[in-house]
Amino acid sequence: MNPGWQAIDETPLFERMLLVRSYEEALVAGHVAGTVPGTCTSVGQEAAGVGVVSALGGDDLILTNHRSAAHLLARGADPDRLLAEVMGRSGGYCRGKSGSLHISVRELGVVLTSTIVGGELSLATGVALSQKMLGRPGIVTCFFGDGAACEGVFHESLNLAAVWELPILYVCENNQWQAFVHRRETMRSEHIADRAAPYGIDSATVDGNDVVAVQRAASEAAERVRGSSRPFLLETWTYRSRGHFEPDDQAYVDPAEHAAWLTRDPIEISRQRLIGGGRLTSEDAAALATRARQRIASAMAFAEASPFPSLDELTTDVYA
Amino acid sequence: MPVITPFEAIGTALTEEMRRDPRVLIFGEGVATKRHDLLDEFGPARVRNTPLAEGIIAGTAVGAAATGLRPVIDLLFAPFLCYAMDQLVNSAGKLRFISGGQFAFPMVTLAMTGGGWGVGAQHNHNNEAWFVHSPGLKVVMPSSAADFKSLLKAAIRDNNPVLFFIDLGLLYQAGEVPEGEHLLPLGKASVLRTGSDVTLVSYGKTVHACLAAAQQLAEAAISAEVIDLRSLKPLDEEAIMASVHKTGRLVVAHEAAKMAGVGAEIAAQVAERAFADLRAPIIRLGGPDAPAAASHPLEQAYAPSAEAICAAARSICA
Repeated sequence: MNPGWQAIDETPLFERMLLVRSYEEALVAGHVAGTVPGTCTSVGQEAAGVGVVSALGGDDLILTNHRSAAHLLARGADPDRLLAEVMGRSGGYCRGKSGSLHISVRELGVVLTSTIVGGELSLATGVALSQKMLGRPGIVTCFFGDGAACEGVFHESLNLAAVWELPILYVCENNQWQAFVHRRETMRSEHIADRAAPYGIDSATVDGNDVVAVQRAASEAAERVRGSSRPFLLETWTYRSRGHFEPDDQAYVDPAEHAAWLTRDPIEISRQRLIGGGRLTSEDAAALATRARQRIASAMAFAEASPFPSLDELTTDVYA
Repeated sequence: MPVITPFEAIGTALTEEMRRDPRVLIFGEGVATKRHDLLDEFGPARVRNTPLAEGIIAGTAVGAAATGLRPVIDLLFAPFLCYAMDQLVNSAGKLRFISGGQFAFPMVTLAMTGGGWGVGAQHNHNNEAWFVHSPGLKVVMPSSAADFKSLLKAAIRDNNPVLFFIDLGLLYQAGEVPEGEHLLPLGKASVLRTGSDVTLVSYGKTVHACLAAAQQLAEAAISAEVIDLRSLKPLDEEAIMASVHKTGRLVVAHEAAKMAGVGAEIAAQVAERAFADLRAPIIRLGGPDAPAAASHPLEQAYAPSAEAICAAARSICA
């Protein structure tokens, strides 16, 4: 165990989770209002994303997927440019050509975001090969879900990373859902971490709704990858509390399971701990939530004012 | 000038480019085993065997290309590209555009195809048109030992993902190959024989059938121009238009299936842009809508023969 973990300052993590929640609530509200296209949210998974990203170093690279809000915002992405991207505006990180599903921010080390489930797993090995062969210091963190772990390329990726000793921190956000299907219907095992050992890869599973536990586990895992230049698989056990996509009536969801997970909301767990520990008052926590909402409101104003790309952009950036 | 096979020309191109640029590396199925000269010179970090897993081979190349390396991957046979379609089409071909130009993918994918080895339809399938239809990719298919070297060197230096198709029937047909720095620009066709009555357009092995047909046509006093496309994307449209402008007649021939093949695109472009130049209908010759057979006579009958090309040309030169 990392002896420094007790000193983790939870308040910035709490704030970052509030920002993610506010951002995605704005996406949902915007979709209902008809101003924002449908998106895949990560509501309920904020601790899993924020905890891991906050454990990484500035040289580390991140590959993510269509449920990327926590990863991007925890990495310091500008909500103005994220919302502009989601709304297809030229002020977005990808100049409106990505939309919400595959936002990369190279300047922050968030590279090659793919919305093809498992795509990120097939690309992470190459990014890690570059890091290794070019002697760069950063490790590669690859976020994927339990759905991607049912793709064949998951196994190909872990196998090659083990054989070639690539510095990859695989992070499986097991959110229980594979699009519109519960993982119970598609897997015999509960945990993806169990699949690491046959490839010669060490693994751990952590409560993905406890941001401090996630950060601690991710720090330890990242240090193992850094120290060994070998892959490691960390599974964050969490729950996607909204649908696969907005809109989604979630009629397929077991209400009891859903309700049980809502009692373990990651932001509420963090809030209660901060207040219980005397580190925040409930007024402080409410003020932080207000500040996050205001930041997103300002970002929405930026995005709405950002122009759409010119029609010339239809054919730019196709070839280098 | 040395006389070497395309297999050797590929090795020469790789050696020269790996000496020139330390970012170039090659990995794939049996690469370090088959090309032990590369392994000896450049070592196991830059010449790597891989598992038989085309998806992760291609994905690894895409990820490496975007972050500073210049990989060449060998996926062996073109039908195996089906396992790598996501990585080649959805990642290599699209992530530059999707990201607003944040990434480039300087990588080359080698794949063999075509009749000649009797390997049957799961090793022989000329699927190059699939990649021509996919944005963000370049497609090359050489016809001579010299072009294998020059086009591969150019493909390795290109900053885009290049599909490099190797016609099986040509792999051990030796030819003169210049030493040293000879590069051919991607997207430039070659006029292998000039003529005034009919234009024969092709690529890969079928170029040689066109040259043989042109010889037969000459004996019948028909002057055929033979164009080797070399690159299917970018497609040298101007070379085709210029030739059709001169001859007024066009035969396009390739081993790949005729339906929605590269020849269909060429015929459509000529009809759109040079209809007034045409003195006869365009003729396309290509494989049937059927998998390639292993049995030698059936395999050979799949691709357009010199006789068929000659007959087609004669039918519109009457």
